Amino acid sequence: MAKNCHNDYKMKFTGEEEFPDLSLHNNHMAKVLTKEIYGKLRGKSTPSGFTVDDVIQTGVDNPGHPFIMTVGCVAGDEECYEVFKDLLDPIISDRHGGYKPTDKHKTDLNFENLKGGDDLDPNYVLSSRVRTGRSIKGFTLPPHNSRGERRGIEKLSIEALASLDGEFKGKYYPLNGMTDAEQDLLINDHFLFDKPVSPLLTCAGMARDWPDGRGIWHNDNKTFLVWVNEEDHLRVISMQLGGNMKEVFRRFCVGLKKIEEIFKKHNHGFSWNEHLGYILTCPSNLGTGLRGGVHVKLPKLSTHAKFEEILTRLRLQKRGTGGVDTASVGGVFDISNADRLGSSEVDQVQLVVDGVKLMVEMEKKLEKNESIDGMIPAQK
Amino acid sequence: MANSFTRLISGRNAAVVLASLGAGTMATGFLLSENVSLAAEARTKLYPPSSDFPDLRKHSNCMAAALTPAIYAKLRDKLTPNNWTLDQSIQTGVDNPGHPFIKTVGCVAGDEESYEVFAELLDPIIKDRHNGYDPKTMKHPTDLDASKITNGVFDENYVLSSRVRTGRSIRGLSLPPACSRAERREVERVVVTALAGLKGDLAGRYYSLGDMTDKEQQQLIDDHFLFDKPVSPLLTCAFMARDWPDARGIWHNNEKTFLIWVNEEDHTRVISMEKGGNMKRVFERFCSGLKKVEHLIQERGWEFMWNERLGYILTCPSNLGTGLRAGVHVRLPKLSKDPRFSKMLDNLRLQKRGTGGVDTAATGDTFDISNNDRLGKSEVELVQMLVDGVNHLIECEKKLERGQDIKVPAPITQFRK
Repeated sequence: MAKNCHNDYKMKFTGEEEFPDLSLHNNHMAKVLTKEIYGKLRGKSTPSGFTVDDVIQTGVDNPGHPFIMTVGCVAGDEECYEVFKDLLDPIISDRHGGYKPTDKHKTDLNFENLKGGDDLDPNYVLSSRVRTGRSIKGFTLPPHNSRGERRGIEKLSIEALASLDGEFKGKYYPLNGMTDAEQDLLINDHFLFDKPVSPLLTCAGMARDWPDGRGIWHNDNKTFLVWVNEEDHLRVISMQLGGNMKEVFRRFCVGLKKIEEIFKKHNHGFSWNEHLGYILTCPSNLGTGLRGGVHVKLPKLSTHAKFEEILTRLRLQKRGTGGVDTASVGGVFDISNADRLGSSEVDQVQLVVDGVKLMVEMEKKLEKNESIDGMIPAQK
Repeated sequence: MANSFTRLISGRNAAVVLASLGAGTMATGFLLSENVSLAAEARTKLYPPSSDFPDLRKHSNCMAAALTPAIYAKLRDKLTPNNWTLDQSIQTGVDNPGHPFIKTVGCVAGDEESYEVFAELLDPIIKDRHNGYDPKTMKHPTDLDASKITNGVFDENYVLSSRVRTGRSIRGLSLPPACSRAERREVERVVVTALAGLKGDLAGRYYSLGDMTDKEQQQLIDDHFLFDKPVSPLLTCAFMARDWPDARGIWHNNEKTFLIWVNEEDHTRVISMEKGGNMKRVFERFCSGLKKVEHLIQERGWEFMWNERLGYILTCPSNLGTGLRAGVHVRLPKLSKDPRFSKMLDNLRLQKRGTGGVDTAATGDTFDISNNDRLGKSEVELVQMLVDGVNHLIECEKKLERGQDIKVPAPITQFRK
């Protein structure tokens, strides 16, 4: 936040002279940004000093991604989504299936509304996980925040998490100061997040001052985990081995509600509005910010000609087991919901549960050399 | 009520500001505030410099050694005329605690004025890095008369190539960490237009990084001319790779002995090089080429950033003064294994690097040996020191080959008291 936008000085030059060269680019920002929009927005800044050039820098620096169409822009604070709506609304619409500036987003964190999800075959479904992000009102976001703000977020988070008990009793490990033994254990548990190396994140300024103010909290059972000050203020993760997504989602909802209550008591609730749902750094995570997924063995189905089409119809996406930016290894895929905005948490996890169940049945059929043509689903 | 957040701040001022924003809810205050400058001012009070002071406990660069909470408090809220800040200057040093091979500077200038506005931090760093040179009291000599160099042709059994480089910045335009796309394009325009005016052995061509053909690119790689998008975090954390490859390019003469990089780590890097050991000729071409380019930009009303306190102004404080690195790739198989090698280099005011350049380790027996110093001595003085030093190292290598012993030379004096 102490970062200066350098903007008044740039206004000496014309919009034409400043407009980025996007001729080789293939991200949402590059598709939407025109000289007209740029000209309209370049003179503005949010109250904390974030400008349109700050918003688009990561998209200018990263022309395109082989595995996934990237968004190519970030928010520096909650107000970006208002001040730069001429750019961000069309990007949001593109990314979130035609979501209109007048649409309203539904939030539903009642885990009881989820049907099934406790019977995914553990011979195929190796692990289940639900994550989301939360931004804390009153602080600017990771691309923009100063060290003082980031430390403020950390302090508040530690206090909130320290008050949890029962199945949520746990401990905070600041990245700067954990012992080697603690670090090894966190790596073995697949909990530790590292300094971002992806240029999608570093070009957006999110790795500044690493590891100052960053840390990991997890419960003693190692099934509920919070990342502090990585790509968002908070990333909240519920996970466990096997296929009981129902239990993972229950813990997710209960834990999130508890944490939110504590932040609200300190007058720093989560950033949310009824149009965009939960406000996060990347426009792709607006709405629920939820990615619910499994690591699932689909060696036969993944090589089937219709695999991509099946995923699209089920409203699911695939990633490698190393997370975003990775390729699949050994026929094991990370399958998760594609949508974030315009449907609720329950809706999205339901799609994962139903879709993965179907795909496992397809895999079993293919193992027996039977056709799956009759099982191809309609577009959800 | 005193929530955990208010405890971050001390002082009655903070309480007054918070009260005016209403019930400890900072967010409402900013969202409702129509007045941008009120918001900025309130934020400054809510986050005093002490809350933003970086954690430098694990750091070992020049910036970390020089930055104190008092200096930070004084400079944090200042702006250069181009709106560049201290936090932006030091970001690279905060993000990169230390380098295994070389003590890094840990800060950059965003523009010429940075060296004035942030003098309280940069002057001690300059003093530390440049052997006690005090910008407040001393003057830097500039001398580009190559005819003064003596003994400047090395034994080619040992010296494989000779090279001199420097940088030049165009006055009036921000430096690579800060420049906007339009500014960067303006730098390219000014430089390329000037270079088109070079003739004779300096006549050449510009290759824009974004527009070159595959064939051109391969040729430039084969010639060891092509520079790539910076991957070193020392540079990327200083915002120098933004908008790559927009307005970046390479110009070289037809003879491939004079080369200019546009908009890499500085506005321009000027390089004269040849295979073999004729450092004198390399330096002659360097000086003559530089003078001609300067003349060509002056014809159009531009000039290089220079002042008598700091010499030529470049992005990294380590390159102030002459910005000159004169060096050779030299084989020293016996000497490099001698335990006195490092001390000899130190006393001769030379440094070794791997043949891949800064940030690389030396492999085998071939080293990049170049001058340590940049500021406080002229170009001619530094090249002569390099020439004398390399000649001495070669003599030592020959002695070791003959089974004779060598002596560590006495250290060359500097201004540090």
